[in-house]
Amino acid sequence: MSDLKQFRAETRAWLEENCPKSMRAPVKSDSEMYWGGRGAKFQSEDQKLWFERMLAKGWTVPSWDKKYGGAGLNRAQAQILKQEMKRINARNPLPSFGIWMLGPALLKFGSEDQKLEFLPPIARGEIRWCQGYSEPGAGSDLASLATKAEDKGDYYLVNGQKVWTSYADQADWIFCLVRTDNSGTKHQGISFVLFDMESEGVETRPIKLISGKSPFCETFMNDVKVPKENLVGEEGQGWNIAKYLLTHEREMIGESPLSRSLSEMAVQQTGTVEGKMPDPYLRGKIAEAEIDDWAMSMTMARMLAEAKAGASLGANSSMLKYYGTELNKRKFELLMDAAGHDGLEWESERSEEGNLARTWLRTKGNSIEGGTSEVQLNIISKHILQLPGA
Amino acid sequence: MALVLNEDEVTLRDTAEGFFANKAPVTALRKLRDARDETGFDRALWAEMADMGFAGVCVDEDHGGVDMGFMAAGLLAEQMGRNLSASPFLSTAILAATAIRHGGTAEQKAKWLSAISGGRAVMALALDEGAKHNPKGIQTRAETSGNGFKINGAKAMVVDGHVADQLIVAARMDDEQIGLFLVDPKTAGVDIERTIMVDSRNAARIDLKDVEVTGDARLSEGDDVLTKVMSAGRAVVAAELLGAGGAAFEMTVAYIKERKQFGKIIGEFQGLQHRASHLYSEYQLARSAVLASLTALDEGDENAAKYCAMAKAKLGSFAKLASQEGVQMHGGVGMTDEYDIGLYMKRIRVLQELLGDASYHFDQLATQSHY
Repeated sequence: MSDLKQFRAETRAWLEENCPKSMRAPVKSDSEMYWGGRGAKFQSEDQKLWFERMLAKGWTVPSWDKKYGGAGLNRAQAQILKQEMKRINARNPLPSFGIWMLGPALLKFGSEDQKLEFLPPIARGEIRWCQGYSEPGAGSDLASLATKAEDKGDYYLVNGQKVWTSYADQADWIFCLVRTDNSGTKHQGISFVLFDMESEGVETRPIKLISGKSPFCETFMNDVKVPKENLVGEEGQGWNIAKYLLTHEREMIGESPLSRSLSEMAVQQTGTVEGKMPDPYLRGKIAEAEIDDWAMSMTMARMLAEAKAGASLGANSSMLKYYGTELNKRKFELLMDAAGHDGLEWESERSEEGNLARTWLRTKGNSIEGGTSEVQLNIISKHILQLPGA
Repeated sequence: MALVLNEDEVTLRDTAEGFFANKAPVTALRKLRDARDETGFDRALWAEMADMGFAGVCVDEDHGGVDMGFMAAGLLAEQMGRNLSASPFLSTAILAATAIRHGGTAEQKAKWLSAISGGRAVMALALDEGAKHNPKGIQTRAETSGNGFKINGAKAMVVDGHVADQLIVAARMDDEQIGLFLVDPKTAGVDIERTIMVDSRNAARIDLKDVEVTGDARLSEGDDVLTKVMSAGRAVVAAELLGAGGAAFEMTVAYIKERKQFGKIIGEFQGLQHRASHLYSEYQLARSAVLASLTALDEGDENAAKYCAMAKAKLGSFAKLASQEGVQMHGGVGMTDEYDIGLYMKRIRVLQELLGDASYHFDQLATQSHY
């Protein structure tokens, strides 16, 4: 047996034995997951058990080095673990912006001291992170951000406002883009800093979305002192880190969030007449979306396989983000079509408090956050097609 | 699933790329068309393709083939699509070769597979009858008659049927199952009308009136073999669509980088940039779908038939979009015969229909997935 085959067999057996049954059921919303952090509590014994077992294996961050709290899996092994978890619908034991976003940035741009200080608490779910990128005047044009960080010797004095900071009201620390210099082009003079959300002068206010939920906040910084050792990379080089992270983020947003196939979910709503969905037009549209879904997953697999180990997908991450999020919106429009009147219920037990409608509304943000579809198309035009003036 | 080409596959693709661009470019199709060529393809080219091993790409080595599998066949078809190269590759090397390889007796294989890989026989699959692909609706009958069969019916869109040395006719038998029958086109009762199609390629309408064939003309168990034949055909047609749609996309992007209007290169306009970038995205999905379906065929994946059908649907939609956007972005010259983009649109329209268009496969996928 090859090493990878053996790894797969062992992983499968371990997951079978250690993943509690209740942790193999799809979650209805993010709030059912364990996100870690100073104030985090487990919602069930199974959730705690599952988290602790995965943590002990280093599998909350499987591909990170052991000294940072990971298991040091190579790309192929990490892929196998992912596939085997998916096979039994195992839940992510620790969804985390620290793992998805800050971790990769620190691994690439951070100093060894920073890695040792910040990565292990992320792996252990002790510190929950949020991302301070967008500002009221800097959305698609992110590089025009204005939050000011003044050099005060051994610390920066930060003043400004961030918006769309995911779960800022529940996060312990923030990784944040600030302007340390105004003299050059807008891409110059941006720096990437980390600070504690409990620092004096930090305030957050949740933003209520059309889904009725508030996963995002506005974050206000008023004379916040950020120690200089919390600068990641060089001063003024933050835009490179931001671009790297945005690329990383796009690769994730493109992934399909559905735990069951679109047609299964649609049929649950519409039922069948003689084995067929009653509306032939909708039926065809659903088949079309399932084919696109398949082609999309094959494309992600292909592009990951084509990229040299550890390399970024470059501008193709924009393609995946663009197509994946537009497809996701299409799928939820179809599910709303399938659900009809039932899908419109907002406050009822029957509808699980409007779960479908709220999720449908949430997907509208997918093609806006992390760079709008239009921005992604601009990136493809410029970097892949090399069209003039793009 | 192997979605990235290995070294041998890259070598084959590069060989094919040079071969078809040099030996069978778009200008060669124009020549065949303008000369009203009787065959509709270049027999010397087909002989050369046989020498290169392309005709026997899906034939086993015992019968003179190179047995490189469907991934290899798809790589070849993609290059044919890019160059609009006319040859009996699909009809003979894919559809007929797969039918005989999987359904033929030892004698049938010895006779026909060797002839296919040697480039000595052109064969045509007589499957569809009406305006749309509909294998379940086959009405042609093959009644038992003495030791053989008597075939009656009418076939349409028989690719290369006008010059085939042998036909493979799908017909309903006494037990209502579909059987595949080898029929010599010179047999009494076979009437063949050449139909020159919109893409300057050829097919035939074939009437079969009391056509007598012997018992050994029948390939074994038709239904399974036919499914295999159609799957192979769908994946390879999808690969050709990838080539044709990809070439249409690339020539369009090149054009909008050159054409000037309003004092600007038109590729500077965001209205075109976003459409081109969307098309690029569709092109990427299309390529993955083709590679996944060809791999599934080669690996004998239990879902291979489903993936081939899905790829056929996806590629039809992609290439249609590529050709439509291509003509539109070329503007007026896109409507002229002089520019190639229109020829791509025509070929793509034909390939879209062959072995089921997107709507057909949507319906089939939904039916097979119980919704």
